[in-house]
Amino acid sequence: MNRRTRIALFALSAAGVGALLLWGLAGLPSFGDYAGPYGDLIANLAPPQRHIANAVTAVVFDYRGFDTMGEELILFGAASAVAMLLRETREHDVADIVDRVRSDATNAISLLAALAVLTVGLDVVAHGLLTPGGGFQGGVVLAAAFLVLFLGVEFHVYNQVAAPTRGEPVEPFGAGGYIGLGLVSLGLGLSFLQNFMGIGTFGRLTSGGSVLLVSFSSGIAVAGGFMVIFNEFLQENMAARYGR
Amino acid sequence: MIPLQIAAVAFVACGAFVVVVARDLVRQATLLSIYGYGLVVLFLVFQAPDVALSALVVSAIAYPLVLVGAIARVRALQKRTGGG
Repeated sequence: MNRRTRIALFALSAAGVGALLLWGLAGLPSFGDYAGPYGDLIANLAPPQRHIANAVTAVVFDYRGFDTMGEELILFGAASAVAMLLRETREHDVADIVDRVRSDATNAISLLAALAVLTVGLDVVAHGLLTPGGGFQGGVVLAAAFLVLFLGVEFHVYNQVAAPTRGEPVEPFGAGGYIGLGLVSLGLGLSFLQNFMGIGTFGRLTSGGSVLLVSFSSGIAVAGGFMVIFNEFLQENMAARYGR
Repeated sequence: MIPLQIAAVAFVACGAFVVVVARDLVRQATLLSIYGYGLVVLFLVFQAPDVALSALVVSAIAYPLVLVGAIARVRALQKRTGGG
């Protein structure tokens, strides 16, 4: 097929797709128009029913907690796959590589920044039922704190703190805790992952009952999963850069 | 739409285009990170702070980092085996 035919074919199909897109766009509801009843229902029901101020978290860890468990396990599978694929081809151990950032000021500020990011992560997990945030969001922030160590301090230090042997058990612990909480609900004669504790006072840090625990175990699982993924890629890079 | 929302949508649209037309892979990953920050602002101004928080780490830091790592690994392999 020569160039001219290809361009002609492309122009024809692009025009077709463009026309369909425009047709579809013309039929869209106007901006900000919301027809579904579900969002309004949850927003009105979650605070009195569950004492959870953040409706998003109420959906993710309570009303649809079972779906979130599936997502946890997807992340678990992805992290395991990354680890298995990369470790298979990596030739040498990188544990003794020292890749220091040669500036004391950068080191010190990065250490403080890592602690600050860690604190923000914990804060996001802890306040997940009150303000935007929760297990997943807080978990990724927690994992990012270790990246700051790598970027601004030293690979060796990062490897000491987040070594595979330390980082790996974190994710199964969190994911197992998530499933375990569901099983506790079942054992008490409730539905899977149904709240089995007092729902507390609305607006307090401890409100929401066991949903808060579910959010925390999700945070642990997500932080662990991302730590494993970061770890494998950073080890790969170190092994490649130092030719070991 | 308020002006901030229009600006965020325009930034994300331009960012997506720039990411697609970039040819160098590392540059593409870097642009993807900037585009990720644009997405974070977009989610924020459209009142989805929960999504913005996860996008902040995942699409602005984690995903580009994993990409750069993979690119570096492949290039190192190519160098060792003498070209692609």
